[in-house]
Amino acid sequence: MSATPRSAQGARARRFTLGGLLKHALLVAMSVIAIYPLYYMVITAFKSRKEYIDSQFLPPLRPTLEPLLEALRQGDLVTWTLNSVIVTVCSVFVATAVSVLAAYAVARMDFYGRNAFLNGTVSLMVVPPVVLVVPLFLLMVNANLINTLPSVIVVYAGLTIPISVYLLTNFFRALPYEIEEAARIDGCSTFGILWRMVLPLSAPALLTCVVVNALFVWNELLVALVFLQSNESRTLVAGLTLFKGQFAVNEPLVMSGALIATVPMLLLYLFGQRFFIRRLVAGSGN
Amino acid sequence: MKPYLYLMPAAAFLSLVFVYPFVEIVRGSFQVPSATGTPTFGLENYRFLLGDPVFRQAVVHNLILLLAVPVMTVLALLFSLILFDQIRGWKVYRTLIFTPYILAIPVVGTTFIYLYSTSGILNEILRSAGVGFLAQDWLGNPKLVLPSIMSVIIYRELGFGVVLFLARLMSLPGELLEAAKLDGATWYQMHRHVTVPQLRSVIEFFVVVEIMTMLSWVFAYVYTMTGGGPGFSSVILEFYIWQNAFEFQSPALASALAVILLAAVSGLIFLQHRLRRRSEDVGDAA
Repeated sequence: MSATPRSAQGARARRFTLGGLLKHALLVAMSVIAIYPLYYMVITAFKSRKEYIDSQFLPPLRPTLEPLLEALRQGDLVTWTLNSVIVTVCSVFVATAVSVLAAYAVARMDFYGRNAFLNGTVSLMVVPPVVLVVPLFLLMVNANLINTLPSVIVVYAGLTIPISVYLLTNFFRALPYEIEEAARIDGCSTFGILWRMVLPLSAPALLTCVVVNALFVWNELLVALVFLQSNESRTLVAGLTLFKGQFAVNEPLVMSGALIATVPMLLLYLFGQRFFIRRLVAGSGN
Repeated sequence: MKPYLYLMPAAAFLSLVFVYPFVEIVRGSFQVPSATGTPTFGLENYRFLLGDPVFRQAVVHNLILLLAVPVMTVLALLFSLILFDQIRGWKVYRTLIFTPYILAIPVVGTTFIYLYSTSGILNEILRSAGVGFLAQDWLGNPKLVLPSIMSVIIYRELGFGVVLFLARLMSLPGELLEAAKLDGATWYQMHRHVTVPQLRSVIEFFVVVEIMTMLSWVFAYVYTMTGGGPGFSSVILEFYIWQNAFEFQSPALASALAVILLAAVSGLIFLQHRLRRRSEDVGDAA
């Protein structure tokens, strides 16, 4: 049998070779570079201002929660975090719900303009948000929604619908049709089939959608900057750019703010890693 | 009727967030503010931009950023092939290398401001390596600011490419590789002639995504790290749109710029579709 697992083979053949050493060296170098900013953020967030000036590069000898607490005492940071959570949860929920309906119609129903709708929606994925913000800003001003969270929730939901429809349509199309057929014969309504048969089978696709969109919304800057200009309404990431300007010379304080903005998404990534990678492969087309 | 009911919520969001702004920016871009208050219609905005040195600079800067695409592609290919050998710890390396892609751009940008600063790690390394004369104000020097920003973009996007290529590599059928190995092909020969040709479509996908990124998704880097400065030396198209709309209070110019950016992006997508279709035709004929 030639079906030896690649891993076993590779390890045996290359353990002590020069090439193997070189590969490890390259990977270690790359990993160090990749992780260094995060390392810097963490060590700096737990240093006193004085210790930071004395030594920038080593882990803190006397770790302190002072910068983190001070960042939180700047009242706004708590509000901004809360805003980010609300905005992310609401917009991801709305976008996913709306996209499930549309994707199910595209995948399972026959109607005039189906391909046009799908192609049109998918092509919106490449539209840069900066192109859209001027008219939307004027619209929100007229609707008195500037500095309110619903304004960005609507915009984020809209911006994430194209990728969600694309992902979910592909997934629904790959589901076996027989179960739905059987349910229909048993007199189940279309929505009943979607709700009771299709969605429970779609957990991986729904999770992919949620992870990808939550990352986008939580990390987004431009839209948050334009629509949320008052201090109480800012999101965490947008607030951080302000924070950075205000406390530029207090690196530990700024880095603890950055850390607060990073930890939730880092957890989401570690938890949702395999869904994430699946999305990358699905997204790359054929 | 039923399919359209399922599409309606998505269609409503997409019309509001995409279609309405498209119409408005086109209309707005022909609107010329006049002294009397009622705007006239004409090509003045576009004519102004043609003679605008900052606009020209912004376009040039976006084109310079495109230089990052081949660098990123080659690096991502190299590291994905090394990981593909599945040497010990490859999964850990993969997770580490992908991490920057999870971080919010403002977080990455803020951290790099400190890493790039005159007493930051980069300059300290240069000094301790005895080449202190190379130490620079990386973001404050008009000649270096673009390459410095470009490096941060590469830093963050590289992990995406590595994971994308690696996922495709793992899904390739193993027989060809086995055959090449039995024939005594070297690492380089094997990948040059066997693996990389099979990655064609995914490489193409990555290149297109990154071209789009460099042209229309880098606002947050510039906003966080330099605010377009020093002077206009790191202004890019997106940032100039934002500046015109919200700093210079000139929504008409911002609209004209947005139309130009949207046209450029759409043109590229169209071109890519044409190229892909042609290459598929050739592939079928062969």
